[in-house]
Amino acid sequence: MFQDVTLGQYYMADSVIHRLDPRVKLVGTLVYMISLFLFNNIFCYTLAAILLIAVIAMSKVPVGYMLKGMKAIIFIMIFTVIFNVFFTSGNNLFSFGIIHISREGIRSAILMVIRLTLLIVSASIMTLTTTPNRLTDGMERLFRPLKLIKVPVHEVAMMMSIALRFIPILMEEADKIVKAQTARGALFDSKKLTDRVKSLIPLIVPLFISAFRRASDLALAMEARGYHGGEGRTKLYPLKYAARDYVSYVLLGLYIILIVFLGIMSARVVAHLTAENAYLSLIF
Amino acid sequence: MKIIKAEEVTFEYIRRDEDGNVESFNRALDKVSLDVKEGDFISILGANGSGKSTFAKHLNSILLPTEGTVWIDGMDSKDEEKLLKIRQTAGMVFQNPDNQIIGQVIEEDVAFGPENMGIPTEQIRERVDEALKTIGMLEYSKKSPNRLSGGQKQRVSIAGVLAMHPKCIVLDEPTAMLDPAGRKEVIRALRALNNVEGITIILITHYMEETIYSDKIFVMDKGKIAMEGTPREIFSQVDELIKYKLEVPKITLLAYELRKKGMRIPECILNVKEFTDALSR
Repeated sequence: MFQDVTLGQYYMADSVIHRLDPRVKLVGTLVYMISLFLFNNIFCYTLAAILLIAVIAMSKVPVGYMLKGMKAIIFIMIFTVIFNVFFTSGNNLFSFGIIHISREGIRSAILMVIRLTLLIVSASIMTLTTTPNRLTDGMERLFRPLKLIKVPVHEVAMMMSIALRFIPILMEEADKIVKAQTARGALFDSKKLTDRVKSLIPLIVPLFISAFRRASDLALAMEARGYHGGEGRTKLYPLKYAARDYVSYVLLGLYIILIVFLGIMSARVVAHLTAENAYLSLIF
Repeated sequence: MKIIKAEEVTFEYIRRDEDGNVESFNRALDKVSLDVKEGDFISILGANGSGKSTFAKHLNSILLPTEGTVWIDGMDSKDEEKLLKIRQTAGMVFQNPDNQIIGQVIEEDVAFGPENMGIPTEQIRERVDEALKTIGMLEYSKKSPNRLSGGQKQRVSIAGVLAMHPKCIVLDEPTAMLDPAGRKEVIRALRALNNVEGITIILITHYMEETIYSDKIFVMDKGKIAMEGTPREIFSQVDELIKYKLEVPKITLLAYELRKKGMRIPECILNVKEFTDALSR
């Protein structure tokens, strides 16, 4: 029942991208995503796509594996396309009764698909190349300044990594409970939705009880091993920037400069368009 | 040199009602006194509810005695300033292997204790490798703990304690959730630690077979120490053991019954080999 759930999916490979410091990858992904929202024209997206393709090529993650993640959002994608095509007003290309398809509609639908694809792929390349552990480590370090305003950064990071550690254990447990309850006549595979929802109760209640018991055991074990919060803690793998990390930051900076330049340039071109070459605004 | 010294330790669980008024006292430990010599392999036997787990938690300052005192390597368990030092001196391994492994990768879990102690990174690396090697799990260091067998998981837990360089390891029913093979695996590892590394082992269990090799056995019943002595001294008192709801090893029980019926078998047989030797004599 739960075998097909893959969380924190990580693709094991040995590549430059895998070895990058998680902080670089977190900051990079965030900046990249913001850059996708700054400008909305085909040139900026082309630049963004080139960067992404280069990163994918370096990461040694098979493209097919990466596109698997896209399946989940295909529905949202179709939805956005329909909305954009039919509900954007502007120069009508076709009209059937009350349905109007405008140039602007087609343009924004295409751009939206590109933007969504770039967003999803960039986020998945980060999770595919970084172990959940390194990711939480990176977040802990990046958010460390928030400690000044009393945000429990270390505790949150510790909670995240413990949650990740317990996902497979609790899933196994859920599987066991399902079997035990099925043996006693519970119906988990009924076709009726109401039945299925009802059948979750005998699963969730024992699962919660056992999760609390485990949590209390774990707290005891952590305390017995001298855990006393993040204060004075050292790390087996401390985060340390290497040369490649600095290079990545420089490349990221270059990318931002380039994309801002491209964005401003195309905005200027659009502003200077005359009536007869107005169709060009479709690309810009 | 006494590594553990308990003097008249009493512990009461207080049950309160919803308003916080004391409803009842449950005396889990009743004036328990015992000494453990450094380097010994000690077993504490007892049926469910005998207070053995409660006692174990006193050796690591998880529980503090209501009355009496526990000294761990000369440190009073109530001394809050020495708390970390106490927990490092007397490491603790619990029953459920899944609920005490914190890391998602084995080496990270073993590193958890030293990380808490603030050991520099290079030394953590050394300690982790050394601990995993001692326990025979070095080749698994980069693996996820979820794929291991119960016995292996428990060995990882032991390695996690070992990496803190303890003088003494307290194990609270470490084999209760394991299959027979896993049980043997863990006990073998503990004996090796005791013999080779000279670490004091305090094994809390209700399986008598596991205590055969100990230097000394304490039997607990109703919060008190009911018997103490070497395995041979303890195992010869079969009737007493049954009274304390302990399961005497089958071979010992068989020899005891045969002896009672008049067969010429020496007192207290601990294993099959001794039994066959006695028969063929």
